[in-house]
Amino acid sequence: MITCTGCSLLCDDIDVVIENHRIKEVRNACRRGAAKLKGCRNRLRPSIDQTPADIDTSIKRAALILKNARSPMLYGWSNSTCEAQSNGIKLAKKLNAIIDDTSSFCQGLLIEKVLKKKFRACSLDDVKNKADVLVYWGSDAQDSQPRHLSRFSYFPRGESRQRGYEEDRIAIAIDVRESNTAKICKGHFYRIPLKGDREFILSLTGALSGKVPKHDAKRILELADIMKKAEFGAIFVGIGLTYSIKDDVDILVALGDMLPNFHILPMVGHYNMRGFNEALFKETGFVNRVRFDSTAVHENKYAIVEALKQKSIDALLVTGSDPLSCLPGSMISYLASIPVICIDPCVTLTSKISKITIPSAVSGIESGGSAVRMDGKVIELSGIVENNYLADTEILSRIMEEL
Amino acid sequence: MPTVMELYKLLPKTNCKKCGESTCMAFAVALLSRKKKVSECTPIIEEMFKKDREKLESLLLPSSGAGETGMIVHTELCTGCSNCVVACPVDVANDPRGAGTGGAPTNDKVIFRVVDGKVVASNIKECRRFGKNRVLCYACIDPCPTGAIEFV
Repeated sequence: MITCTGCSLLCDDIDVVIENHRIKEVRNACRRGAAKLKGCRNRLRPSIDQTPADIDTSIKRAALILKNARSPMLYGWSNSTCEAQSNGIKLAKKLNAIIDDTSSFCQGLLIEKVLKKKFRACSLDDVKNKADVLVYWGSDAQDSQPRHLSRFSYFPRGESRQRGYEEDRIAIAIDVRESNTAKICKGHFYRIPLKGDREFILSLTGALSGKVPKHDAKRILELADIMKKAEFGAIFVGIGLTYSIKDDVDILVALGDMLPNFHILPMVGHYNMRGFNEALFKETGFVNRVRFDSTAVHENKYAIVEALKQKSIDALLVTGSDPLSCLPGSMISYLASIPVICIDPCVTLTSKISKITIPSAVSGIESGGSAVRMDGKVIELSGIVENNYLADTEILSRIMEEL
Repeated sequence: MPTVMELYKLLPKTNCKKCGESTCMAFAVALLSRKKKVSECTPIIEEMFKKDREKLESLLLPSSGAGETGMIVHTELCTGCSNCVVACPVDVANDPRGAGTGGAPTNDKVIFRVVDGKVVASNIKECRRFGKNRVLCYACIDPCPTGAIEFV
């Protein structure tokens, strides 16, 4: 049994068949997980200025670039182990660098609230054993975390929910389109207009306190009734809702307060994004966007998007992410003018424009460690395939030694 | 999948009984349930019915890969989410602590298992749609949002 690192569910019931130091067959993992576990087709090679180099020279040059930079940034971390993330934070401290991860334009806002205990949160095992009402809000778990419904929420039979989805559970989807998750929820799908989440929350909050909503009153009152009667409810907040209410998260906090039996769980995409948020929170009290000076300073300008927009960084170390494939084109053009150091197992768009590339082992397959599941549970990763690649933890330690 | 009427319209409609069925409509029903083959209809082999025969064969092509219970798994649509593995009542009865609770199957008695991110059906004779006391079970079709499982 190994742990899958395809998404933040970190399924630990995966069987694999290994042949010639490569995974040949994956059992029990979803399509996304199976593709991740089978590894990449194009392995990254160490290089300096697009010309092949040996790994030691690449690491030395990377250290030199970071040392000479006035305002370096360390970015990525969502696909790295907890150990690599902790080394990354140490490196940022040593360099007085900016450190940020993908959560600054993802679920960081909600994870901060969860870590500060503004929401009532619960574990996915609690959801499996106890939950009777499940609300997928702005989230298409069926596609993003394919085993969420079958492993933890709607379909499985739990301790107090022996009849599973057939009788004991109700799944509700609130979304702007009929996603695959909404198709499963069938009669309990609420389609809202784009950016209509705020209005819907306010209508629902009103309905819960007895006010008749202005629009679609019958269905919203019906939803409020289901939620009121829930013995153990969970709202799975997707990126759709987070983006829609990012300036006014307190209305979601207020909704959570009105529903004493409900728990709020942010749906995290990358496998260890929450791990980074927790590690940085423990260290500094902030989940992302931090600059280390004599103390840790948290400001919006330290987010990757803002830093690239303002052109305020002069070197970038990327590990466990591919900013070129997920950030807008207008911002990433700046990356071509600064030295980028890319630590990744595979060839990515970012690695193609990087000054220095350092190949690493695929975490969870070729190197072990630990990662934090979307609900905060720490899961061990096992390195099961023998290889000669350095783990990202070791690469970061060696960069620190070179400094 | 085609309907009985669609198949019937393409048959010679002579009720010649050469196929062993009493009417062409009965033959169409047998074609749909894969009890008879198109080639068993003697008149349709004649040249004048060539176009109808070709259309009939193309209509029946999707069901040619079906198992004994008529199950077809469209692997190109499957995302490996395991909803069917956990929802199938036979899987739950045969593996209550594995597949029944959302985990990986722990024995070989289950019908569905996921290999390389796609669902694979085995032990098909355990399916509730099979055998003497069969029922029209939809437990694996309903939870599949992509329509990867089909019965013909």
